[in-house]
Amino acid sequence: MSTKRHLWLGLLAIVLFGVVFFVPFAFILFTAAKTQTEAGELQFSLPTTWALLQNLKDALAARDYMLIIAFINSIVLTVVSVAVLVVLSAMVAYVAQRRQSRWSGLVNFLVLCGLIIPPAVVPTVWVLQSLGLFKTLTGLIFVEIAFGLAFCVLLFRAFIASIPRDLDEAAIIDGASPTRLFFKIIFPLLRSVMVTVIIVQSVAIFNDFANPLYFLPGDENATVQLTVFNFQSQFNTQYNLLFADILLITIPPLLLFLFLNKRIVEGMTAGAVKG
Amino acid sequence: MSTEVEAPPSGRPAITTPAPPARRKKSPYPYWFYLPAAVIFFVFFVVPTFSSFFFSLTRWDLSTWEFIGLDNYVAFFQESALITGLRNTLIYAVVTCGLKVVLGMLLALLLTSQIMARGLLRSVVFFPVLVSTIGVGLTFTVLMDPSNGLINKSLALVGINGPAWLVDPKFALLSVALVDVWKGVGLATVIFIAGIVSIPREYFEASATDGASAVQRFWKIILPLSRPAITTVIILALIGGLRSFDLIWAMTRGGPGFTSDVIASVIYKQYQAGFYGLSTAGNVVLFLLVTAIVFPLFRFLTSREVDQ
Amino acid sequence: MRFAKSWRPIPLLAATVACILALGACSAGDLGSSDEGGGTTLSFLVDNAEGSVKPAEGLAAAFHAKNPDITVEVQTRPGGAEGDNVVKTRLSTGEMTDVFLYNSGSLFQALNPQQNLTPLTGESWANQLEDIFKPTVSVGNELYGAPITSSTGGGILYNRKVYEELGLQVPTTWADFMANNAKIKAAGIDPVIGTYADTWTSQLFVLADFHNIAAADPGWAQKYTAGRVKYAQEPAVKGFQRLEEVHKAGFQNKDYRSMKFEKGVSELAAGKGAHYPILSGVVGNLAASDPERINDIGFFGQPGDDAAKNGATIWMPAGLYIPKSTEGAQLEAAKKFAAFVASTEGCEAQTKAFPPSGPYMVTACELPADAPQVVKDLVAYVDAGKVTTALEFQSPIKGPALEQITVEVGSGLRSAADGAALYDKDVKKQAQQLGLPGWE
Repeated sequence: MSTKRHLWLGLLAIVLFGVVFFVPFAFILFTAAKTQTEAGELQFSLPTTWALLQNLKDALAARDYMLIIAFINSIVLTVVSVAVLVVLSAMVAYVAQRRQSRWSGLVNFLVLCGLIIPPAVVPTVWVLQSLGLFKTLTGLIFVEIAFGLAFCVLLFRAFIASIPRDLDEAAIIDGASPTRLFFKIIFPLLRSVMVTVIIVQSVAIFNDFANPLYFLPGDENATVQLTVFNFQSQFNTQYNLLFADILLITIPPLLLFLFLNKRIVEGMTAGAVKG
Repeated sequence: MSTEVEAPPSGRPAITTPAPPARRKKSPYPYWFYLPAAVIFFVFFVVPTFSSFFFSLTRWDLSTWEFIGLDNYVAFFQESALITGLRNTLIYAVVTCGLKVVLGMLLALLLTSQIMARGLLRSVVFFPVLVSTIGVGLTFTVLMDPSNGLINKSLALVGINGPAWLVDPKFALLSVALVDVWKGVGLATVIFIAGIVSIPREYFEASATDGASAVQRFWKIILPLSRPAITTVIILALIGGLRSFDLIWAMTRGGPGFTSDVIASVIYKQYQAGFYGLSTAGNVVLFLLVTAIVFPLFRFLTSREVDQ
Repeated sequence: MRFAKSWRPIPLLAATVACILALGACSAGDLGSSDEGGGTTLSFLVDNAEGSVKPAEGLAAAFHAKNPDITVEVQTRPGGAEGDNVVKTRLSTGEMTDVFLYNSGSLFQALNPQQNLTPLTGESWANQLEDIFKPTVSVGNELYGAPITSSTGGGILYNRKVYEELGLQVPTTWADFMANNAKIKAAGIDPVIGTYADTWTSQLFVLADFHNIAAADPGWAQKYTAGRVKYAQEPAVKGFQRLEEVHKAGFQNKDYRSMKFEKGVSELAAGKGAHYPILSGVVGNLAASDPERINDIGFFGQPGDDAAKNGATIWMPAGLYIPKSTEGAQLEAAKKFAAFVASTEGCEAQTKAFPPSGPYMVTACELPADAPQVVKDLVAYVDAGKVTTALEFQSPIKGPALEQITVEVGSGLRSAADGAALYDKDVKKQAQQLGLPGWE
């Protein structure tokens, strides 16, 4: 009785999930594979002729290979920002957790602020411009780091609290310098939480739309999220190429998801629950 | 003897201890570890945040400013177009947050029960969280087309005349909110799942021996014991909802007219128009709104946790 | 945009490495462009709209064919406010290309031409331009730009077959127009096509009404810039009222809120809609999508109250300018190129590359005999002197929220009076930001 009910419930859930969560992605794929005219009809149907490869090629080649440039920019942005974020926030979290003082109170407060306060957009543009970093990838990297720090510090601190202090003391007795202690002993132990931080931040930065829009404007500096607007001009929309582009920029998270699904879910959850 | 005790104030101490020089013991946790992060955080977050209060009182073109007092705020609260943004921001945040909590909890209950293909379904729900918001927004814009879109065509098959979604001023904001829930409910779900899974089995076993129904079990055990997870989801969803920009921009750009504008989209439009002072005033309003809602709520929710 | 280029992995790889090493943002120019050695090379910056790039490339190729020792290299920049910034920054830092394309009118005035641009008043072609164009690229007595691309009319595009079948006359007053609409509706055809999914298209009833404003009050634009007249007052409020009237009368297509521009064009071509308030640049789309029906579509200026003052609002072409930073042999070549652009050969090269949306502003240029009907109709207005340049060529102020407001008025969400008043507020912010006198 109960097992039968579960079976039905299960089937129903699968069908419902399929419709609600799978259909939109199928729509992206189908439309990305249609010819321009057919895609313009916006129907949910299999393409009559599959033009997927051609569309992907066209999407990549549009506007002097802007999408390829954008991929390069996005990857550089993501890799550099995340690398710096990991090291700097681990350092902060480590000292804040280990050395309780009036400073750690301030750090806690700033972390909370960083999590909650919406960044002030135009003043950030102003700061970047004064430093000559406006419209540069370097400037955007700094911004992504500044905005991501709070969350990363939070994750690292929760994890560092679970590393026994005996370890530090043993190393100190062995005469390790503070830098050595941190980078040679503690840092490697953070590997599991580091994977979490890397995944969460990579996804966030790779998918970031608002910050590149504000701080790295201009076709010549595009990041991937901005390229989708290439195919919507004032006068027409090339839906097949638009969805080919969406398909392409969905691939990196999809790969990440396929290989690290468990890890991501664990990580996101750990971060959220401990936070 | 007494003379020896009353040493002259200027005299040196009689006994000099062979103590180390007055240097403080070096901590193994040096403060300079804070430095690089602090500099970046200060320059790119703290400075802009503080200066926003000043610049919101000016007419500003990034290089020169003219102090105009509270004019920008007056403009903000007088213009119907801008005040709509304020109201919509609240509606959007409450709707998305509420739906994510309720649907996320239902999905979590479903996905922690003995159901087929549980792992697969968990993955499926979660995947949209990782996907580009802009891509999702543009896809749903097409699916929600009032006459040609898949959603209304499907509704028509079962005899329902679907609303005009994004182009109907009454539905536009809610339509975007629904897509936001579609994309974000997976995160709420996995957090709830984690919360439910971490409830010790004994509780369930005890309730089973007491003959509690599933509904009782939910209200008496699951709900109270997954409170930290609920707190997290509420706070995350609320912050996200109040700040939301990407999805609205990709789907309606605040339209039709101004009917689905939120503060974040107003900020962007004013920025685009070159009204930097006004844009920054919008930022300050958003700042105050978020702080006024989230900080007390955070206090409230976490203090309840401690009480228990 | 689908010019198939061959896959070039080596420069791509090199660019990737360079970008990563420099940690600078890669830019589109890093890939693709290649130099052809020998002679003079002129760099030429244009915005990335198809209607600018195609004519520019056509001109570059034709000019090179005529002057093999000069190569013109077209570079693109973004359009809109972002593009304005690019142009201004490059001018002020002396890094502008040898020649560049940019709007005429108030945007041109904002470039500080006396300081940044080379005057071209003495060039032989300078007095062979249409009078209506000259002031839009001039400061004081000096002229700084050659007209590039064609002019564009803003008004009502209509389906001539529908007019023929229903025995309608092209209206010269608003009342006639509305009467036509009623008959068209009775015949089961949508009288007015609305395509509010592309919000910019909702502005036309307001923007194209400018000829009527100027007809009622010739000094309106100057007073407007000085803050002395408002949109909420007569005669300017008429544009908003007309938008409202059309909505209230139920003359729009049922799905005007979700229809996109492209669909609107094909509805007009198919005769499912009779009128489409839009820019004459639509001929470019028609040529691509419905070439066989392109001559079914005609153009008339948005009618006003007085049939005697009937006319059309016209958008001026962009200008080709030479920055002061261009000197020596480059300057010689640049002037030669400007002369070519402002010649009949130049017009022909542009026509070949991209269908013109209206007459060229070089007096000697004739449009081809097979020009689309829309363009011919517009030419008739220009030849009769019954045109007014759009407000944006006469005043630096344009409120950024106009398209949202017109969507609201045109959808019945806001009254015309309310919309006009809101737009005045929007305009006031813009004027104050620009620091114009009279707006405090």
